[in-house]
Amino acid sequence: MHRLQHLANRSLIARVFDQSPALVRTKARETSCLVQSIRFKTQGPVEQYGQKRFSTAEATVVLRENGKIREKSLTMDTLNPQVKAVEYAVRGPIVTKAGDIERGLQQGQKHPFTEVIKANIGDSHAMGQKPITFLRQVVALCSFPELLDSSSFPEDAKQRARRILQGCGGQSLGSYSASQGVDCIRQDIAVYIEQRDKGVPADWDNIYLTTGASDGIVSILKMLVSGQGRSRSGVMIPIPQYPLYSAAISEMEAVQINYYLDEDNCWALDINELHRAYQAAKEHCHPRVICIINPGNPTGQVQSKKCIEEVLHFAYEENLFVMSDEVYQDNVYSPDCQFHSFKKVLYEMGPEYFNTVELASFHSTSKGYSGECGFRGGYMEVLNLDLEVKAQLVKLLSVRLCPPVSGQAAMDVIVNPPLPHEPSYLQFHKEKSAVLGALAEKAQMTEQILNTVPGIKCNPVQGAMYAFPRIFIPPRAVEEAKSLGMSPDMMYCLRLLEETGICLVPGSGFGQREGTYHFRMTILPTTEKLKVLLEKLRDFHIKFLKEYASLEEPKRSEDDTRDALKQVQIV
Amino acid sequence: MSASRIGQMLPSRSVSVLNGGNVWFFGGRAQYPAGYLVSGVRSMLIPSQLSPFSPQSIALSGVSERRRGLAQEKMTENGVFSRDKVLTIDTMNPTVKNVEYAVRGPIVQRAMQIEKELREGVKKPFTEVIKANIGDAHAMGQQPITFFRQVLALCSYPELLNENMFPEDAKNRARRILQACGGGSVGAYSASQGIDCVRQDVARYIERRDGGVPCDPDNVYLTTGASDGIVTMLKLLVCGEGASRTGVMISIPQYPLYSAALAELGAVQVNYYLNEEKCWSMDLSELERSLAEARKHCNPKALCIINPGNPTGQVQSRQCIEDVIRFAAKERLFLMADEVYQDNVYAEGCQFHSFKKVLFELGPEYSDNVELASFHSTSKCYMGECGFRGGYMEVINMDPEVQAQLSKLVSVRLCPPVPGQALMDLVVNSPQPGEPSHTTFMKERTATLSLLAEKAKLTEQILNTVPGITCNPVQGAMYSFPNISLPEKSINEAKSLFLSPQALGQAPDMFYCMKLLEETGICLVPGSGFGQKDGTYHFRMTILPPTDKLKILLAKVKEFHQKFTQQYS
Repeated sequence: MHRLQHLANRSLIARVFDQSPALVRTKARETSCLVQSIRFKTQGPVEQYGQKRFSTAEATVVLRENGKIREKSLTMDTLNPQVKAVEYAVRGPIVTKAGDIERGLQQGQKHPFTEVIKANIGDSHAMGQKPITFLRQVVALCSFPELLDSSSFPEDAKQRARRILQGCGGQSLGSYSASQGVDCIRQDIAVYIEQRDKGVPADWDNIYLTTGASDGIVSILKMLVSGQGRSRSGVMIPIPQYPLYSAAISEMEAVQINYYLDEDNCWALDINELHRAYQAAKEHCHPRVICIINPGNPTGQVQSKKCIEEVLHFAYEENLFVMSDEVYQDNVYSPDCQFHSFKKVLYEMGPEYFNTVELASFHSTSKGYSGECGFRGGYMEVLNLDLEVKAQLVKLLSVRLCPPVSGQAAMDVIVNPPLPHEPSYLQFHKEKSAVLGALAEKAQMTEQILNTVPGIKCNPVQGAMYAFPRIFIPPRAVEEAKSLGMSPDMMYCLRLLEETGICLVPGSGFGQREGTYHFRMTILPTTEKLKVLLEKLRDFHIKFLKEYASLEEPKRSEDDTRDALKQVQIV
Repeated sequence: MSASRIGQMLPSRSVSVLNGGNVWFFGGRAQYPAGYLVSGVRSMLIPSQLSPFSPQSIALSGVSERRRGLAQEKMTENGVFSRDKVLTIDTMNPTVKNVEYAVRGPIVQRAMQIEKELREGVKKPFTEVIKANIGDAHAMGQQPITFFRQVLALCSYPELLNENMFPEDAKNRARRILQACGGGSVGAYSASQGIDCVRQDVARYIERRDGGVPCDPDNVYLTTGASDGIVTMLKLLVCGEGASRTGVMISIPQYPLYSAALAELGAVQVNYYLNEEKCWSMDLSELERSLAEARKHCNPKALCIINPGNPTGQVQSRQCIEDVIRFAAKERLFLMADEVYQDNVYAEGCQFHSFKKVLFELGPEYSDNVELASFHSTSKCYMGECGFRGGYMEVINMDPEVQAQLSKLVSVRLCPPVPGQALMDLVVNSPQPGEPSHTTFMKERTATLSLLAEKAKLTEQILNTVPGITCNPVQGAMYSFPNISLPEKSINEAKSLFLSPQALGQAPDMFYCMKLLEETGICLVPGSGFGQKDGTYHFRMTILPPTDKLKILLAKVKEFHQKFTQQYS
């Protein structure tokens, strides 16, 4: 038997370890033995590999006649080192493990819970949020235009679909669009931006449809990376950040410049910290771009207008390109917070800023009230981009031909929703308010419940879809994690998952100040499920603290609720 | 009137002044199309009066006087700034600058401009632009497969499942796909590798196609069109510096995605030339020559093959594929087989053989060793659904650790578009005999493919009647890539053409295609965009326009070519 099936089918925990680059492990690379067997201490019994349904030659090392193993041309040693450096916690080891546990549950494996609750990713529909009817009607009409003759669809949906189809080659969603996106959709976006920004002009020539916001962010970063050594491009990103940024920066070998958000001030951006980070970075790279996520991911913070002005002024002074990730622009819950687009603020700062500062801002179909992640729709608007560079950008985008046209159609509906006099308006408005109302409620609930747990401190969830509470991890637990080669919050989240079925992302995946620990959880599960989640989390945290407490037990004022909760917990 | 709208009305030179040159328009109101409610449109007064923001307030908000002074120093007396942009052609990523993609290059941009001019009533010696530059079947009038679109509509708007306007098999497919989606919605992210059941369907499809050669769904990755998969694989392969930098062997002529991706990744492009005399087939001795030469200055690690060929239209023989695999095994090359045209085989005696199938027929010495990635897509074949960006790749014999890295890499982009995945599922799991949609489906599929076969033949035949044009048989894919002989005088004129101080001279076939476009409205891509032997010239044209239009197109090309030859001889 020359097969090493187990290589491709590692046990649950082994997969976690394999994908966590922080973990040290010995690589067996003996080519002398007949069959190269790589097994890790952490691997489970071979029986578990029986899930395999198809038998092929993959992951197989066969001997050549002379007894030597043929070396692969693509191995960990010859793999692109930049790819190796990429990390993306939102879909990292914890999530892989959650998937494995879920499959195990389906196959009847016993766990101290009956379902995995995924609060790791901002994926609204997966958490039960219903799509906006109007949006789906338009997409269905575009997909199968014969439905335009059906009386089951409202006239305004048909109108939108006809307009989009007219903008498509051969009136089909199946044609490539222009690489920048369908013209009429770009025009609709420009009008939307002008409305949103109270009349600040938007030129549709500056609008690019993208494959989700991620695609746009990566494309702009790609344009900006150049130089070697001390002149290598530096990219300023907030810490904590959304790990797309760090992943893209590693992949492009740019220099990541961290500026820390102020946790004690509700995760606000501190202008002095920007100066500090910039000055420090200047010593070893060429800072060229500053990225801002507003409303914040994972922080849930909504930036004030004054803060945005300060950032823009800073960018202006230091000659930085500004990238503002505004995909959560509709997700603002705190009554005293308001979304201000970077573009609008830039405009209001006057022509010396509006005509100079290079700005790219990003939006997406995936968040807001629509939550249409799967369509991979999005756009970016660029301001003051050098004309030659713009031509280069168009060329770069053209290689990938075009963003998915159905995603472009979904984007169009979001920027061009039913108007008050149109037949779908009432239902649309009702659905939209229901989604946003529920999110606001859940944002508040999450913050409140988390703040009742000793050793957890949660800033207000002003916007976006996440809470990023700080968790106290006892020194003994920190030590244990370190001896396992794991970050302490990774160990915390892994145990949480194993014991409760709750899937969160450790703060280390987003970045945090040294010695502090966090996790990110979404506020997306249904209210009922979110309550269960938060209660399980509370129990777990207290148990965890007790287990690792050295001297002091965490003080609890009232244990009644906890006892009640214990009954809820299914074992 | 807003600045942007004024900008739209001005020629592009003035726009550059508007956007980059710090001219500011005061007063006026933004205008909106009728029907939009504009709440609180503010007239654009001098913004510093309008905004609470002023340099003073910044000084108070913790920014030093020195910084403020710096900003002001950059301003001259009349308020015009002399600062450089952060991102200029000189400071941008140099690898991006090196990227070229002719399929959507200058010719196509000019074609779009001409289309706009025509709409605006500018007189031209033609009334419409015929685009034969890109394999975009629907844009050329091909109708979508009804069944596919029914299922997509059902997936997009599941309320339709309750209506009796859709056949049961379409509903079943939609239900199955939705069940596999988070929350039963195509709006949820899928697993980064793609939806499980779609990958299983892909695996079964591959097994059927390859006569039972096993396929593991774990080795199947859904992608955003085939391009995405190809770029991802190339990204994994690139490493090293100087003489150890990864080299990637690509055919010449090639589909320019490859050269573009290699330029962007900074890998070394290693050309092997296809044999035009032998109907663009692949030549083993040429592979050996190319590899030996490349080893002197880089580390060739991968070999890319496009079969059926783009832009050549050639379909590889089984023997040829066998030779290539043996070569790759011997030289330890990672094989990348771009098989997106696998259903587009027209010529008698030609048959599509997947690299994977041949690999397994060569026995375990090969099938257990040779690393192979093969690619497929929803964009070509009989479906032509380019806009959905659906596709998959299958990897074979990939190092498991590397495969884990691949999974990690694709996770950063979250997932391929789910409607595209759904469509891919339908392609690999089409209506079966006995199902209500089977007859219609087969009728539509056959009609499209036989029409393409007819047009492939027509194109080859007519082009070969033109003196100075030699066209190999279009055995498959969607393109012909004829050789055009250009008069010496036209070559000289092209090479001495003054376009701009930066761009002196033009590729002679670019010159030819530009003239063709200006005079006839036909949009083709010059051979130089795909690569060709020095001193030979070609163009790529798709066979996709409807037969009537294709005939007109070919007649116009013929006429133009004769005129062109006369003019320059």
